[in-house]
Amino acid sequence: MAVDTAFNMAPVATPFFFYMLSGIMLIGGILVITRKNPVHSALALITVLLAQAAIYLMLYAPFVAGVQIILYAGGIMVLFLFVIMLVNIDRAAKERTFNSQWLVGSVAAIALGGLFVAVYVKGGNIFPEHALSVIENDNTQKVATMLYGQYMFAFEIASLLLLVAIIGAVVMAKKRI
Amino acid sequence: MGHELMGQLVQYIQSYLSSDQTPGAAGNMFWVLVYILAVFVGLSIAVIAMNWLERKILAHMQVRLGPMRVGPHGLLQPIADAIKLLLKEDIIPAEADVAIFWMAPFMVVLAAFTVFIVVPFGPTHAVTDMNIGILFMLGVSSLSVLGIVMAGWASNSHYPLIGALRSSAQMVSYEVAMGLAVVSAIVMTSLNASGTGTLSMIGIVQAQQEQGVWFIFKFFPLGLIAFFIFAVAMVAETNRAPFDLAEAESELTAGFHTEYSGFRWSLFFLAEYSAMIAVSSIAVTLWLGGWLRPFPNLLSGSTWDLIFSLFPGVTFLFLAAMCFFNAVRMPKHPFFRIQTIGLAGFGVVLGLIGLVMLVPAVRIRVQDIFWFAAKVAAFMYLYIWYRGTFPRYRFDQLMQMGWKVLLPMGLGVLILTATAGLWPLIQHSIWHP
Amino acid sequence: MTDSNSSLSHLDLETPEKPFLDANELVINMGPQHPATHGVLRVILRLDGEKVLGLECVIGYLHRGVEKIGEHRTYTMFNPYVDRMDYVAAVSNGLGYCETVEKLLHVEAPPRAQYVRVILAELNRLASHQLWLGTHALDIGAITPLFYTFRDREEILKIYEKYCGARLTTHAFRIGGLQYETYNGFEREVKNFLSFFRPKIDEYEELLTTNRIWVERTKNVGIISAKDCIALGVTGPVLRASGVKWDLRKAQPYANYKNFDFDIPTCQNGDTYDRYLVRMAEMRQSVRIIEQAVEGLPEGPVMAKVPKVMKPPAGEIYHSIEAPKGELGYFIVSDGSTQPYRVRVRPPSFVNLQALDLMCRGQLVADVIAVIGTLDIVLGEVDR
Repeated sequence: MAVDTAFNMAPVATPFFFYMLSGIMLIGGILVITRKNPVHSALALITVLLAQAAIYLMLYAPFVAGVQIILYAGGIMVLFLFVIMLVNIDRAAKERTFNSQWLVGSVAAIALGGLFVAVYVKGGNIFPEHALSVIENDNTQKVATMLYGQYMFAFEIASLLLLVAIIGAVVMAKKRI
Repeated sequence: MGHELMGQLVQYIQSYLSSDQTPGAAGNMFWVLVYILAVFVGLSIAVIAMNWLERKILAHMQVRLGPMRVGPHGLLQPIADAIKLLLKEDIIPAEADVAIFWMAPFMVVLAAFTVFIVVPFGPTHAVTDMNIGILFMLGVSSLSVLGIVMAGWASNSHYPLIGALRSSAQMVSYEVAMGLAVVSAIVMTSLNASGTGTLSMIGIVQAQQEQGVWFIFKFFPLGLIAFFIFAVAMVAETNRAPFDLAEAESELTAGFHTEYSGFRWSLFFLAEYSAMIAVSSIAVTLWLGGWLRPFPNLLSGSTWDLIFSLFPGVTFLFLAAMCFFNAVRMPKHPFFRIQTIGLAGFGVVLGLIGLVMLVPAVRIRVQDIFWFAAKVAAFMYLYIWYRGTFPRYRFDQLMQMGWKVLLPMGLGVLILTATAGLWPLIQHSIWHP
Repeated sequence: MTDSNSSLSHLDLETPEKPFLDANELVINMGPQHPATHGVLRVILRLDGEKVLGLECVIGYLHRGVEKIGEHRTYTMFNPYVDRMDYVAAVSNGLGYCETVEKLLHVEAPPRAQYVRVILAELNRLASHQLWLGTHALDIGAITPLFYTFRDREEILKIYEKYCGARLTTHAFRIGGLQYETYNGFEREVKNFLSFFRPKIDEYEELLTTNRIWVERTKNVGIISAKDCIALGVTGPVLRASGVKWDLRKAQPYANYKNFDFDIPTCQNGDTYDRYLVRMAEMRQSVRIIEQAVEGLPEGPVMAKVPKVMKPPAGEIYHSIEAPKGELGYFIVSDGSTQPYRVRVRPPSFVNLQALDLMCRGQLVADVIAVIGTLDIVLGEVDR
């Protein structure tokens, strides 16, 4: 590629994008738990998920990013919004939030914080080996060979679980079969 | 120093022109911006043209003329509509959630326009070529469902909310059928010499080129059935007739964009037409050979290549001729003088474009874009034709069709396509266990 | 509506904010202004989710006191008023009224007048069915047949305009016959229209009859059995689509219909699709009748000997005709003076509208619109 070095793009942008996306995710996460209106929380969650998809792209996993957008942001969040809107039609969002479990909440938050600190300190040594080689063009193929080869059983069990969940939901919700 | 920088810039721009990659893949920011601008402008022009075409074609199907007054033959009607919508009062319902009300059309337009990053107008004529191209397109177009749900919610009224939920339920249901049809086509891409398939849009068209057959004709009738499933699902996905119950006026529940007026409504309208063009682009890329010219095998050879490469220029010259013909037929009255001159001027512009397209250097670059655009235009005509012909489906019949008819058909086609594709291997393993 | 299942008297419809007894039931108002109710009809629907549990029609938005006006006009002066009731098929209204008064006066219109009356009335049937087809298809979502039917309806309206000067409210007939002799070229134009129109019915059918979406929207929608039709007094194509072969043109012939040879189309199921088929077939039969009438148009006077000042003998009479929408009846009580004592109109749409509740029970909301369209009501007739 005869591209002049002055206009070379590659690694300079990565830290900038990482901090930007992480910032978006953090702010979005905080908005999710602090908004009174549940629809606003759901929309903040959507921003978090989209930023997460972008981070997956940065990790050279475009397939996972695409699937994240389709399934999470475009499917599960739509489901969330459906439920919120159908159940919440008369504006129960105006209820006061309550904080009666502060002891358990603080303990859980401190434990999670300790976990983050431990990961930061240990750095990359936590993971014993590289899980996947980071060639971007191969991501889909690699995921496919792993999923349908090595982890076939787990994949099928997971889909069976989902089927059971769907049937259970339908049985519980219908007035008559 | 400045001269040197200028030289470097020019060399940078020119160097790209001789490469064989899309600007995004090559990392060439200048051309990326140029292409994005071109896509944006082209899409806007396409939506404006679609508006005029829809009214005219629908009118001609209904034995009437359509807009004739605003500009010659109503050509300026979409611009008049746009100006009217811009000048309308921006009404926001009293109890509406203003942030969400504002964001909903933005979300829908964002989803509709972002999709065009990966649409391949030619082997190097896309903004970028992601290797998850088709997945990206399906994913981002599923984000528009969010915008619709937000629009219905923000209107703070029962009927738009129910309409929005219905609309989004319909879109989500038909996305499943669309996905299965798309997977059938992707399976066919893996049947080329290298043995690996690809999700990249340019790669899919190149697979069709390599295998020498458009996927709609592959494993006949499987490709055709998959195409048919996608064609029906894409009409339901974009909320167009005959699946437009959610926005029909004669039903009880109003559409999700009831409370939107003026420019906000025009954003929804823009997003709807862009989404139509986007899903048509998917269909064209996956089944109709993208930018490939028709009959590559039957009518091959350099003379046929030459003839087919003349098509863009000849099309524009033909349109220019139609403009001149109609300009001559205009009434010979002083009131019509400006219209006649306008139509003739428009014809001159089209003719010049046509002549430019006959120049060999331009011809080579433009013919891919032309064939792609022509196929997408055929789909647009089909959309308008459906609207004029079919009654509307009732909502429960619509959902029934999506889940009980198209989904099993999609699964069946997928299994049969995979079997047909692997048939040599299966045969081999049967006879040589 | 005295049926206890459908009576809404236990609900307070004036102040709907009050809680209802049944949490599952939703009351929705399809207001007088609605693009699909063919006029100012208000329908109050009781819904369970999407299913219709029952409905009640509120009418009277177009009430103009036509029957009261009739008591204060002479018989001739009242003639233009009847056109305004069923304004879509004005000629039939005039035919019914003129024939009723003629019976009261013991006068019969001359044969030429009767043939011309039949031609104009059957053309009117075609025009009314065309308007029905266009608007019904439009409600269900097929936007194109409207333009085709209106384009062809223009030809009929042109004939009317040439004959009596008006397109819609024609005032075509007089008591005792016709006022105007047919214009030069009347028969030729009617024949041209027939040859122009015959393939058009096929055009309409091509768009809709085998269209899968049309069939799914109309089959098994709004079923009414023959027994219910007769119990409610429903007449016209609705009755014939439920299997009852009853047409006043054959059962109680008037205006020389005995001289013409035509069939009465019926269907078995009584759903919307059958009503559509029956009306399409009726259009073809009307074309047949007009053909025969134009062939056999006799010469002669067009007006019978009728006194200038009409004072029918005291008495009462009921006479009905087969209007495009059903049995249109006039009950006139005369007290011997120049003005009738009572003019009571039995409009077909008014009686057919009673069946709406029965036909919509258990259907979905989107079907209510289809059923209103298939009943072919005109609010001018319902309210008078």
